[in-house]
Amino acid sequence: MTKRSNEPVLWVLFSAGGVVAAFLIPVLLFLLFLAFPLGWIASPSYHGLLELVRLPITRLALFVLCFFSLFHWAHRFRYTLYDGLQIKHLNQLIFPFCYGGAVLGSVIAGYLLWNIR
Amino acid sequence: MSEGRKLEYTEFRPRWYRSRVSTWWWMGRWSYLKFILREISSVFVAWFIVELLMALNALSSGPQEYGAFQDFLRNPVVVFANFISLFFVVFHAVTWFNLAPKAMAVRIRGKRVPNLMIAGPNYIAWVVVSALVAWFLLRA
Repeated sequence: MTKRSNEPVLWVLFSAGGVVAAFLIPVLLFLLFLAFPLGWIASPSYHGLLELVRLPITRLALFVLCFFSLFHWAHRFRYTLYDGLQIKHLNQLIFPFCYGGAVLGSVIAGYLLWNIR
Repeated sequence: MSEGRKLEYTEFRPRWYRSRVSTWWWMGRWSYLKFILREISSVFVAWFIVELLMALNALSSGPQEYGAFQDFLRNPVVVFANFISLFFVVFHAVTWFNLAPKAMAVRIRGKRVPNLMIAGPNYIAWVVVSALVAWFLLRA
C-alpha cells in the first residue's frame, strides 16, 4: 500500500484558515492595532476588554482564529518559499519551520487564553 | 534544475530538460505579481496573530502592561507595519472571496451560477461579520 499523503489535511487547514482570516482579521487589525491605539475611535476600557476576552465564547473564537490562521500561514508560506524562491530542496527545514511554528503558536494561544484571569 | 547536478537517465527517456527559472519570474507580469502578493499576505496574517497574542498577554498581565503595549502600538515603525498589514489582509480577503466562485462552480439546471452570485454573499457576510465584531468591541 502506498503511504497516504497528509497534504489534503494540511490543505483543509489552509483553506479553513483562509476563510477565518478573511472574515475576521481586517476588522480586528483595523480596530485593535490602528484605530484604538491611534485614537481615531474611542478605545474600550481595559476592564471592558478583559471582561469581553474572559467570556468562554470569545476565548473559543480567538483560539479558532489563531489556530486556523496559523496553519493558513504555514501552508501558504511554505509554497511561497517553494515557488517564489524555488528552494524546495530545503523542504526538511521549511516543513518543520512552518507547521512547527503553527503548532507552537497555537499552543501559546491556548495557554494564554486558558489562563486569562 | 541547476547545472552541475549529476545527469540521471531513467530507463525509457532521458532526464527532463528544464531551464532554470529566474528567482524574479513573478516580476514580469501583473498576474504573476498578484499571485506572489497574495502568497505573501500570509506573512501578515501570521504577524497579526503574533500581535494578537502579545495583546492577550498584555491584557492578562495587568493595566500597566496593557498600557505599555498600547505605547508599543503607537511606535511609528509598528504603525507603519500595521498599515502594510492592513493592506495585505484586505488583499487576502478580497482575493479569497473572488476565488470562491472559481473553487465552487455551482450549476443550476445545467447553467453555471454567475460569479457575482457566489462572491456577492461572501462580501455581504464580510460586512455583517465585521460590523458584529466592531459592535462587540465598541460596547466593551
